[in-house]
Amino acid sequence: MDRSKIYALLVPIVSVIIALLIASIVIIIIGKNPLTAYRIMLEGAFGGAEQLANTIIKMTPLILTGLAVGFGFRAGVFNIGAEGQMTIGALMGAIVAMNIGGVPSVIAIPLSIIVGMLAGAFWASIAGFLKAFTGAHEVISTIMLNWIAANFASFMVTGPLAVGSGTPKSPEIAEAAKLPVVLKVQATELSIGIFIAVIVAVVMYVFIEKTTTGYELKGVGFNPYAAEYGGISIRKSIIMTMAISGALAGMAGIVDLLGVPPHRFVGELTGGRGFDGITIALIGRNNPIGIIFAALLIAALRTGSNAMQIRAQIPNDIVSIIQGIVIFLVAAERIVTTLIYLKGRKGVTTA
Amino acid sequence: MDATNVKNLDLSGMAVAMKGITKRFPSVIANDNIDFFVKKGEIHALVGENGAGKSTLMNQLYGLYTPDEGEIYINGERFIFKGPRDAIDAGIGMVHQHFMLVDNQTVSENVVLGSEPRRGPFNLFIDSGKSRKSVLELSKKYGLSVDVDAMIEDIPVGMQQRVEILKILYRGANILIFDEPTAVLTPQETGELFKILRVLKENGKTIIFITHKLNEVMAITDRVTVMRLGKVTGQVDTKDTNPRQLANMMVGREVLLRVEKEARKPGKTLLEVKNLHVKDNRKLDTVKNVSFSVREGEILGIAGVAGNGQTELIEAITGLRKAESGSITLMGKDLTNKSALDIRESGLTHIPEDRLKRGLISQYPVYYNLILGKHNDKPFASEGFIDMKEVKKFARYIVDTFDVRPKDIEILGGNLSGGNQQKVVVGRELSTIPIEPKVVAISQPTRGLDIGAIEFIHKTILNMRAKGIGILLVSMELDEIFSLSDRILVFYEGKIMGEVLPDEVNREEIGLMMAGHSKAEVVKERG
Repeated sequence: MDRSKIYALLVPIVSVIIALLIASIVIIIIGKNPLTAYRIMLEGAFGGAEQLANTIIKMTPLILTGLAVGFGFRAGVFNIGAEGQMTIGALMGAIVAMNIGGVPSVIAIPLSIIVGMLAGAFWASIAGFLKAFTGAHEVISTIMLNWIAANFASFMVTGPLAVGSGTPKSPEIAEAAKLPVVLKVQATELSIGIFIAVIVAVVMYVFIEKTTTGYELKGVGFNPYAAEYGGISIRKSIIMTMAISGALAGMAGIVDLLGVPPHRFVGELTGGRGFDGITIALIGRNNPIGIIFAALLIAALRTGSNAMQIRAQIPNDIVSIIQGIVIFLVAAERIVTTLIYLKGRKGVTTA
Repeated sequence: MDATNVKNLDLSGMAVAMKGITKRFPSVIANDNIDFFVKKGEIHALVGENGAGKSTLMNQLYGLYTPDEGEIYINGERFIFKGPRDAIDAGIGMVHQHFMLVDNQTVSENVVLGSEPRRGPFNLFIDSGKSRKSVLELSKKYGLSVDVDAMIEDIPVGMQQRVEILKILYRGANILIFDEPTAVLTPQETGELFKILRVLKENGKTIIFITHKLNEVMAITDRVTVMRLGKVTGQVDTKDTNPRQLANMMVGREVLLRVEKEARKPGKTLLEVKNLHVKDNRKLDTVKNVSFSVREGEILGIAGVAGNGQTELIEAITGLRKAESGSITLMGKDLTNKSALDIRESGLTHIPEDRLKRGLISQYPVYYNLILGKHNDKPFASEGFIDMKEVKKFARYIVDTFDVRPKDIEILGGNLSGGNQQKVVVGRELSTIPIEPKVVAISQPTRGLDIGAIEFIHKTILNMRAKGIGILLVSMELDEIFSLSDRILVFYEGKIMGEVLPDEVNREEIGLMMAGHSKAEVVKERG
């Protein structure tokens, strides 16, 4: 394994360790024991079937939004709009899933997911077309599309789709469209969603690394001038990248909705998980397999932090601190590579 | 100069004395115990191939790097530079190959930038009158004619270079380092630069001249230091040496300074360009009504100063830029405004002028770079998947045939040296898999390459010619145009100033045509 590959593994791991160390100082300052805190956090995330199921449920859509953003990065597009694409994907997929009663699951589920993906792809393609034909920067246009998506969704659940009272919500989806449950612990239902997400990650890996289209899209991401010289259409690549990225984000939304109770479209469905995709893509180094582990990390921090808050009275904001430091260190990777390098050198001289 | 001499050297007569300089980088020793001496008031050439360590050595003299070992003396006094600021204070100035000027400021504003004369309360205001005056004085003193009030973007390259020289003189430099200063100049502008260098020398300035053009070394310098592979291989007085000896010291073996070209009768017309008009990125006409043809087994050279429409011409022919009007045909097939892919698959391939911008994807390994543009063709792709076995087999074959070093197809394109990057591009564009090229458009094939690599690329181009391939060669290097071309078109402001045969005219005459004189005028002047 060459040096860059070792660093690709080491940098995120070392970053997490440093982040945990810094957070433990904060925990000490608020008068708690960091070791206890982390033990409770670990137990909260992995300590039993229910905890594990919760972590995996949280992890599923994060893999998909991570893939959405990470794939965009690989092809030179900064899709910051996974949030909006996830919303639109979940909303459109849910409309299909609500009205598909009487159809067997083998049709209802794929159909809902495909509609969700197409909706996400369509939403992202708007930004893709704008970038390809007018040069509008995708960061600006996808952020704007996020707002449009959020407000459109809230209009739908307070208006045309609204049912009941209290929190705005849509009707529940048809029974046939719910993802099969593989594990049920008390109120926690773990669906097959996680398998879908992992399979998609593997497919994306093969797509990026083994196909000619992957070769072209990565080439455009690295050096659009050389790609153009090599006969690759830049416009086509940008639009295709955006569409695929949006399809993955849309899938995150609809798979979550089909797999997790209450199986309804609610206003704050995405809960920032589209933006989490950016974090996860960064930590996972835009590598689909790395993204699976990055999603696991973030999900475990989230479930673990709830346990920490309840059992050790440590505010779960600590997790935001940890997450922030990890992103900071991974993004400014030279800090960490320098630390690894210095440590390695010190090891040599003292040996 | 041998070791004992070095120890007893009288440092006070030396403008620059670098003793025992060693600089290591993680994977290479860039400078290995270098001794480098420049006498006060001389023009001293520093020559060597790319990667020989010239730039590393000069960057240490300019304070950009700190030596791992060794000492630097300026006018006999020891200095330890912590940064360029220290070097500038010690009287060292550097004219970089790529000018560092602000395009939308005037000449005088550029010269004083960073050390502006000031006036008013708390020195709040820039004294533009004073700066204009001192720039005028400097320019008069050293014969550096510039238009002090012109914007940088409006003045020619030769004048921009004079602005760079004024900039370092304004900061009080006594030792001037020139990094390949003639690379961007016409022969006439080079002549003017040499005049300036002589004036600077008469005024007591010391000049270090980095170059790989040996005729320039012979023309202007007093002494030469030759470097190879991080070591000094010789230091001689210019009058005691000749280009052949210098070339051998640089490369470490006998080299052909001029390639042998066999006489050859060109065959039928392959590429035909008629009344072509092309616009540049600012939508200005850059190629104006250009017509020419390239025949089988013929090298058609296009001479001209950079930026006269050659880039746009080649881009239009290869499908990277729109042709506004006119036609481009290859063996009777219309290629006008066809896609880059269509054109490539019709048998017209392209060695681009900027290998890092267009020719390579630095982050891709060599084997991926070698299929760029062929990646959808058999045998490299089937059913939408890349056939890695075939790709790597092809890559190993090209790396062997074109002697790419290191012989490692996994190494990233960006990690190869310039010469080896060029070999990858040339190997890809000339390979007959999946189809045999009929015409190759070649731009600046040897830019930034060392003598050994240039020799290899030139031989390869002549081999293609021998095989009957038609070659369109654009180059800013007149020597290259002269030694390779069968016919030469001279380009000026997007127009062809005339077609000449290489043995019909001399360098100066072509230089005049490159500056906008027609062939008729030039011939008439010859009388």
